Amino acid sequence: MSNPFEGAKLHDCRDAFTAVLESLGAENTDIVAVCNDSVGSSKLGGFRDKFPERLINVGIAEQNMVGVGAGLANGGKIPFVCAASPFLTGRALEQIKADVAYSETNVKLVGISSGMAYGELGPTHHSIEDFAWIRALPNVPVVAPADRIETATVIKWAAAYQGGCYLRLSRVGVPDLLPEDHVFELGKADQLRAGGDLTLIANGVLTHRALIAAELLAASGINARVLNMASVRPIDEAAIVAAATETGAILTCEEHTTFGGLGSAVAEVVVEQAPVPMMRLGVPGVFAHTASANALLDDFGMSPEAIAESAQALLKRKG
Amino acid sequence: MMTPNDLRKLANKIRRRDLRAVFEAGAGHIGGEMSVTDILTALYFEIMHVEPQNPTAPLRDRLVLSKGHTALALYVVLSEKGFIPPEEIATFLQHNSRLNGHPNRVKVPGVETNTGPLGHGLPIGVGMAKAAQLNGESWRTFVITGDGEMQEGSNWEAIMAAAQFKLDNLTLIIDHNRLQQGAPLADTNNLAPLAPKLEAFGWAVEEIDGHDMEQICTALSAETITTGKPKCIVAHTNKGQGISFMSDNVAWHHKVPNEEQYKQAMAELEGAMA
Repeated sequence: MSNPFEGAKLHDCRDAFTAVLESLGAENTDIVAVCNDSVGSSKLGGFRDKFPERLINVGIAEQNMVGVGAGLANGGKIPFVCAASPFLTGRALEQIKADVAYSETNVKLVGISSGMAYGELGPTHHSIEDFAWIRALPNVPVVAPADRIETATVIKWAAAYQGGCYLRLSRVGVPDLLPEDHVFELGKADQLRAGGDLTLIANGVLTHRALIAAELLAASGINARVLNMASVRPIDEAAIVAAATETGAILTCEEHTTFGGLGSAVAEVVVEQAPVPMMRLGVPGVFAHTASANALLDDFGMSPEAIAESAQALLKRKG
Repeated sequence: MMTPNDLRKLANKIRRRDLRAVFEAGAGHIGGEMSVTDILTALYFEIMHVEPQNPTAPLRDRLVLSKGHTALALYVVLSEKGFIPPEEIATFLQHNSRLNGHPNRVKVPGVETNTGPLGHGLPIGVGMAKAAQLNGESWRTFVITGDGEMQEGSNWEAIMAAAQFKLDNLTLIIDHNRLQQGAPLADTNNLAPLAPKLEAFGWAVEEIDGHDMEQICTALSAETITTGKPKCIVAHTNKGQGISFMSDNVAWHHKVPNEEQYKQAMAELEGAMA
């Protein structure tokens, strides 16, 4: 068996996001959505139809959008501020720093179509720096769910959590990966596959690919542990240390530049607490060429086959 | 209820405390603090409903000092109002003091949001006013910006949104002292006249002498709100107001007086109330 998800139905995580947001909105009138003319791309049409007054569309103005979110939180609202990730995090980074992180406001930043989901639209529309940017800020947890099940539980968690957070959602279809009764816990990794030869750590759309890679490795007699690391900050240090000490090698996979993202966050823990050979897969510090979202991941060495090959290479470095 | 003369006396006291704190700390933004003091005094002692003992009361009026570099003026006003102990002003900028060069809502009761980078306050004010509108609550939101700060594009994003949302519970006060950090506005990126620009964006605009207590209080009163429109008060002010050698002088953006200048400045402020 090479691909355990062969034929599985693929789901756009945005649908899980808006379904949960609409249901939370029905229970709690303080929940509002703020967006930058992105009602369609954020899939907020249903929320708007159900709660027209609570859909606050500021137009194409991301700095104002995040500031408005902070002001709404000051007034007791629970704003979900939704926009394409590159514009939310890039254009409004100082608002996220000063108005959300430093001011400790209860603003839920929801980055839509993150990573390279916009594929051929090019690097202006890619968001492969956001882990690094937001992870550098105190007070704002960074979370990248792997499938629709995790997305739903993350949105519920965010609504209940007292404080700001950054949720990084994709639009690229992925099958169901986590158990249906999965409950997200901040700072906690989920072991999706047991194994003792090395550990693959991934999140977002890469978790799916890492799981397939683990099956490919199994066919070669290599038992890979797979950790889904949705919570990039805070990160599950204990799970990383256990992976290092128990499996002796760690390969990270992320839809992000290799400068400062998930791989860097894992490496920070490994180098200080349990040094073992590591390899970090991601976008190698370049602006992407023209290709679809999935083709870009393949081209940057993150097809399941290429992940498995990297794992084999990493194993050779294991002492 | 304070008379305009009471408010003038209080503003003078606040200026004196601010001046002393700048002198003792060896830092501060005294020019902009002197220009905004009368507006802050009127807001906290005549206009706004706030509870110093319950600084996060849900129905309080909100003030966002977007020109956060004049935090000291806000600290002195908050101390006079009872949010923080008056003696704490002496800790301004000291190691581990909660009175930082820019205000911090987590540390200082009465501060609503952490400002410092310019162009942040008005978007937040729009969000606050929108929250009150959604809840059908009558509390008001006031935002004070500098005039140089209006060069930040984020302000104009917020100006559009406030008009679109018909936020008549939002009042923007532009401290129009005509000087930015290093030069006059007119020589940098001249936004004047400000009033027609705000009017063109759908705001109700009023121009006042920002050092005339009667004019300030009238312009800020709820009776002068235009239903369905956010309000902008263009307050014509002087940087360094009340101190002759600082007044309208670009050199005093964040200069610190020497002892001789300090004594002269204090004597002038004391003399004004004699």
